[in-house]
Amino acid sequence: MIIDIEVNNKTIKAKRGETILSALNSNGIKVPTLCHIDGFVPTGACRICVVEVEGKPNLIPSCSYPVEEWMKIKTHSQRVIKARKTIVELLLANHPNDCLYCERNGNCELQKLAEELNIRERKYSNEREKLKIDPSCSSIIKESDKCILCGRCIRVCEEIQGITTYDFAKINNRHIISTSFNKPLNISNCILCGQCIMVCPTGALHERNNIDKIQQALNVINKHVVVFYSPTISVSLAEEFNMKPGKNISGIINAALRKIGFNKVFDSTFATDVYIIEQTKELIYRIENNINLPLFTSNCPAWIKYAEEYFPEILTNISKCKSPQQIMGSIVKEIYSEENNIPVNDIITVSIEPCTAKKFESQREEMTNNGISDVDIAITTRELAQLIRLHGIDLQNIEEEIADFPYHTRSSAGKLTSISGGTAEAILRTLNYKITGKELEDLKISELRNNKSVKEIKIKIGKTNVGIAVISSMSKAGDFIKTLPKRKDLHLIEIMACPCGCVNGGGQPIKADTKDIKSRIKSIYDIDRKELIKVAHKNPQVIELYSKHLDNLSEEEKQKVLFTNYSKRDVLL
Amino acid sequence: MCSQDKNNNKNFLINSVLLNETTDFDNEIKEKIKLIKHDTTTKPVIYIGSGTCGLIAGAQDTIDAVKNYIYERKIDAEIIQVGCIGICSEEPLLDVQLPGKNRISFKQITNEKVNTVLDAIFSNIVIEDYVLGQFKNNNLEPWRDTPFIDELDFFSLQKRVVLDKCGEINPLSIDEYIANGGYKSFVKTIRYYTSKEICNIIEESGLRGRGGGGFPTGKKWKIAYNTPSEQRYLICNADESDPGAFMDRAIIEGNPHKLIEGIAIAAYSIRATKAYIYIRTEYSLAVKCIENAIEQAKEYGLIGHNIFDSGFNLDIVISKGAGAFVCGEETALINSIEGKRGIPRQKPPYPAVSGLFGKPTVVNNVETLANIPDIIDKGANWYNSIGTKTSKGTKVFAVTGKTAITGLVEVPMGTSVNDIIFKISGGIKHNNKFKAVQIGGPTGGCISEQNIDIPIDYEALKEVGAIMGSGGMFVMDDETCIVDVVKFFINFVKNESCGKCIPCREGTKQMYDILENITKKPTNENHYSSLERFKGITELESLAKVIIETSLCGLGQTAPNAVLNTLKYFREEYEEHIFDRKCRAGVCTELKTFFIDVDKCTGCTMCAKKCPVDAIIGSNNNPHFIIQDKCIGCGNCFDACKFGAVIIK
Amino acid sequence: MLKNIDTIINKFTNSNRDNLIPILQEIQNTYGYLSEDSIVSVSKHFDLPTSKIYGIATFYDQFIFQPKGKYHILLCNGTSCHVSGSKKILKEIEKILKIKDGETTSDGIFSIQSVNCMGACSLSPVISVNGKFYSKVNLIEIKKIIKFYQTKEK
Ligand SMILES: Cc1cc2nc3c(=O)[nH]c(=O)nc-3n(C[C@H](O)[C@H](O)[C@H](O)COP(=O)(O)O)c2cc1C
Ligand code: SF4
Ligand code: SF4
Ligand code: SF4
Ligand code: SF4
Ligand code: SF4
Ligand code: SF4
Ligand code: SF4
Ligand code: SF4
Ligand code: FES
Ligand code: FES
Ligand code: FES
Repeated sequence: MIIDIEVNNKTIKAKRGETILSALNSNGIKVPTLCHIDGFVPTGACRICVVEVEGKPNLIPSCSYPVEEWMKIKTHSQRVIKARKTIVELLLANHPNDCLYCERNGNCELQKLAEELNIRERKYSNEREKLKIDPSCSSIIKESDKCILCGRCIRVCEEIQGITTYDFAKINNRHIISTSFNKPLNISNCILCGQCIMVCPTGALHERNNIDKIQQALNVINKHVVVFYSPTISVSLAEEFNMKPGKNISGIINAALRKIGFNKVFDSTFATDVYIIEQTKELIYRIENNINLPLFTSNCPAWIKYAEEYFPEILTNISKCKSPQQIMGSIVKEIYSEENNIPVNDIITVSIEPCTAKKFESQREEMTNNGISDVDIAITTRELAQLIRLHGIDLQNIEEEIADFPYHTRSSAGKLTSISGGTAEAILRTLNYKITGKELEDLKISELRNNKSVKEIKIKIGKTNVGIAVISSMSKAGDFIKTLPKRKDLHLIEIMACPCGCVNGGGQPIKADTKDIKSRIKSIYDIDRKELIKVAHKNPQVIELYSKHLDNLSEEEKQKVLFTNYSKRDVLL
Repeated sequence: MCSQDKNNNKNFLINSVLLNETTDFDNEIKEKIKLIKHDTTTKPVIYIGSGTCGLIAGAQDTIDAVKNYIYERKIDAEIIQVGCIGICSEEPLLDVQLPGKNRISFKQITNEKVNTVLDAIFSNIVIEDYVLGQFKNNNLEPWRDTPFIDELDFFSLQKRVVLDKCGEINPLSIDEYIANGGYKSFVKTIRYYTSKEICNIIEESGLRGRGGGGFPTGKKWKIAYNTPSEQRYLICNADESDPGAFMDRAIIEGNPHKLIEGIAIAAYSIRATKAYIYIRTEYSLAVKCIENAIEQAKEYGLIGHNIFDSGFNLDIVISKGAGAFVCGEETALINSIEGKRGIPRQKPPYPAVSGLFGKPTVVNNVETLANIPDIIDKGANWYNSIGTKTSKGTKVFAVTGKTAITGLVEVPMGTSVNDIIFKISGGIKHNNKFKAVQIGGPTGGCISEQNIDIPIDYEALKEVGAIMGSGGMFVMDDETCIVDVVKFFINFVKNESCGKCIPCREGTKQMYDILENITKKPTNENHYSSLERFKGITELESLAKVIIETSLCGLGQTAPNAVLNTLKYFREEYEEHIFDRKCRAGVCTELKTFFIDVDKCTGCTMCAKKCPVDAIIGSNNNPHFIIQDKCIGCGNCFDACKFGAVIIK
Repeated sequence: MLKNIDTIINKFTNSNRDNLIPILQEIQNTYGYLSEDSIVSVSKHFDLPTSKIYGIATFYDQFIFQPKGKYHILLCNGTSCHVSGSKKILKEIEKILKIKDGETTSDGIFSIQSVNCMGACSLSPVISVNGKFYSKVNLIEIKKIIKFYQTKEK
């Protein structure tokens, strides 16, 4: 039901039952928020969103107060502004003077609020005791000093991911966000998806920044620094440089990476095609022999860590294939190095990912050969943007280039893996071909193309009615896996930790909103619609890789390049 | 009491007293009731005030001494541990009731006095120095020349409704409660009234919540009653953790069945079948009393399934708090019962609409509920006639601090602060000068001399910047430093803030830091830093306003009261601290400058040893010297010097 | 030890959330503190993340994560006691025992904890040692009290 309310002396329409904030927002009025996340039940913790409502003695938090008919609201009266300003001043009293050294400098909600509210002096000078940084984790750094206790990370981790790595602990101004027993992150149950970073308004949670490592690598003569970037990067980087969100700029990225000084620039989507082919083979083998079904995808390292912690009993069902990042790394280190006569020790592989968990994955014991990692340095989309700025490259004005031979071609199926449902779609295309010898009539599988977190389809391929489930976000995955013992009809389950998949990964540009993510998805689907090579098994370079190398490898060598194993992980859940 | 006796009493009390239609009992019943009430006794009865406060004052040792006394002398006497009648400063209390004689009460009877007092009284001699007074009883013979308790100043001006019988009857005996008219109201309720009618009566009575907010109780019940739901809950808030408030504890320890009866009636009237009593775990004795009372009430069929065939079911469970002040706030309390962090929830929705486990829930304070049986018994109009226009009934206050008598005082609403302090509580101790009284606990406000005549009710208190709160009344004299006390209060709310919302979590800390700043000697004092400190004060005012306006729950919304209030009435004391570096009460020693008088100093080095910051130099047997820049003004040297050589300026 | 924790937990027949704090209280009553193991067990019982149980337990003053001393000194720091000098008493205790409020001596004999009003304001300042109360304590007396327990230990 629509009702009238009065805001700043003008009448606007609102829906009965919605919050004041949502009514304001849909009428184009902005009120700052800190603890609010769209789509979550409000907690009313930060009080920055307060407004003045006539007749109420106190200010009212707009995010958590329902509209009532003919409320008279003032959103920016002197009284309100003063209150907001004081609240931010209070936060700053407790905040390190660290902007210049901060990961979020220039992209921080607190900083922005301080600016908007015209805070120009340090009102309160008593600082709180220093809290320690938690530097233990290879993906995520927690700087409790910068935490303003908005609780957004907790909500996302608990409600979307079902992990609850952190919760609030202690009371009063000793209040902190804490892992169980305040232990370091590296031994916690965190799956490193980085979704908490995406919602953190400040620099309290951020990825482990590896830019300095790259700079060092580029500085050493005689090192052959190879960079490759994952399918999603080309549609999410544009935003960071004020280009149209979702614009596909892989050509520009290639050029920029060369300018930065990398010796070779490859497209990891190439490895994704290999991954799709290998996983299809594995699926066929399992279906034919009816073992370890359903098969779970293995391209999301956060999901893998989740399974190791929460469902060790299903580890045998997870595909043995390394993730595309690792396959790309090992192809470079095992095959490329031999082909080009570059000693493995002289190669440094850098991978660019939409993902924080991939940093962790690259460091895993399982992902090394005789102590040499497949991937030496993994960075996120955000770090790539920073690296580009660091090197003074003007993306708007450079010519597109193509990636380096021989790992530059890719199918559009590989690109699809950026989106939840895409990996399943890509595998199905190859699966149909491998089983029936024919391509699917309609390559686009519409049932897998929506933003639901759980999707299921059945598709008849050859004699088998293949059952497929696609899940994104771990809380949904956990619930689903618990129902599995009752399900015998499933063959393939694709799981991605981030809602919607890597397009919304924990390493993507921070400011992105739902609209931007939709643009990224659209862009990928456009690529799939327009391009010619739409299936992994038709990628000419991949075919060549198989005939020249992979097919000639011994089982043991193949194992080294393409496969891995996981085992139970003991952490406090 | 042997078990058969007990069963006898049980059936008698249920059938002849509770379920009996008339109150005009025949003689046999009357006699039996008298016996249970100890109106007639066949042997001496010794009562010992054994509330928590009594125990702290040494009542346990007194009990042991009494037991020892009657054992050694082979006296056949009954010992009853009662709650407290509320005159704390006279604890431990020991009452003796000899057969046929009035019960007489002795004060401050620590164990070493037991023999003297008992020897005397058993020889019918009353030692005057120890007497508090005797209880009136028409059936018994009074003591000569002994004042009646209810005629003492402390009691005569009080009107005891909820405290009635506290400290007199055995809190562990449901029989005594029923014999004194207890549970009559409840039985009346479930037999003759609908839920709605009870809500109406309570609304008409004008009863308002005693937990602090003063929300009309009947209205709250109606909201819950009218919210459709298959389940509703009643919660009795016995979290009472305001420092200096202990009326709820006294009710529970003194007369727990009254609370149970109030809860039962309230639950009936909102159609709740489950009630929780959320009680501080530190109140271990109170917990035991209430547990025992619930057990007994169950045994008597007063709670449980289909109570007295009325079709009404009620289960009462105890939920022990785990030591967080904020859990007294109703939504935090609900979270705590639900096994969560006790942080307040944003309202609306109010608990009466969506509370415990999302169901309509009424949260009521102990004192509120303890009023219910009397209202049902004597009627809305009776209650309505006590008090002021907007505040009806009586209110219990815990008077602590510098009054001559400290304790629990129950007065009709509208009694003046002056009467409570000067008439009932005997004025200020040692004839010191009255300075202020903090009403409503740490988040309440101070009332100064100029407002001392205001009649106590919710609105009048608000007008002068205080709140009713739960009824703490902390009296200060001129040896109390206002700034120091306010600092203490702010420190309290700072530590008890749940930390959820920014204004309260960070704001109380800043307020504390500012206060800390002005009660400490500034390092490198100069004109500028004085100004800085003064800026702190203006800052305090504007900060306080924002904290009040924007905090999520009542704690933050009232946290700055003490500051604002005292800034209004005692501003000059703040200014003295800032500009003159003077604490007129002599409490903030850290403001002072310490010198050593060279002539008096013997060079014994004691002071140097005690100085925490090594600010004192000097060698053995030579006069010592204080380096002013280092000194933090802790006063240790002053305490340490045996020769009076350390001088404070 | 773990087994006993389970016995305590299993006494509560259901895993409704309103049993959570009572279970933690019972464990603390039995062992004097909450160990890591016990929190893990409780988290299993309620099927809740350990971080949540830890968060809940650390919210409440009652729960401690370190064993208390053999003699646990509670010191009232309510309004009355504050005004009658409880802070000085605390400082004195801290000085004698060389520990801070909330800590336990390294030999495990003493621990101190300051609490809000104990409800005997007219007898302030009040302390209790393992439940035995001492009222109107002053600086000289507190020394004696501690000495008394110290000699008892020797
Ligand atoms: C910080 C805070 C502490 C409170 N503590 C108590 C308390 O200890 N006891 C109590 O009865 N009410 C307390 N209250 C008030 C309760 O929230 C609630 O209003 C009351 O229990 C309702 O009962 P009533 O209507 O009978 O007063 C507190 C409120 C706040 C904001
Ligand atoms: S978190 Fe924001 S405000 Fe804090 S130091 Fe970093 S950039 Fe500055
Ligand atoms: S914004 Fe101001 S303080 Fe920050 S770097 Fe620039 S000049 Fe310095
Ligand atoms: S990275 Fe993911 S799992 Fe780890 S704390 Fe953040 S949201 Fe939770
Ligand atoms: S870490 Fe970030 S998101 Fe989490 S509570 Fe702190 S400021 Fe909020
Ligand atoms: S969904 Fe993608 S971005 Fe997110 S954790 Fe998995 S691999 Fe990383
Ligand atoms: S006002 Fe204080 S106690 Fe209340 S919710 Fe906010 S921080 Fe917690
Ligand atoms: S007052 Fe304290 S700090 Fe100053 S000299 Fe004396 S002992 Fe040292
Ligand atoms: S204690 Fe007194 S006499 Fe001894 S050195 Fe200090 S000032 Fe001098
Ligand atoms: S955004 Fe409304 S209270 Fe935080
Ligand atoms: S005498 Fe019991 S409250 Fe003081
Ligand atoms: S303030 Fe210490 S007992 Fe009340």
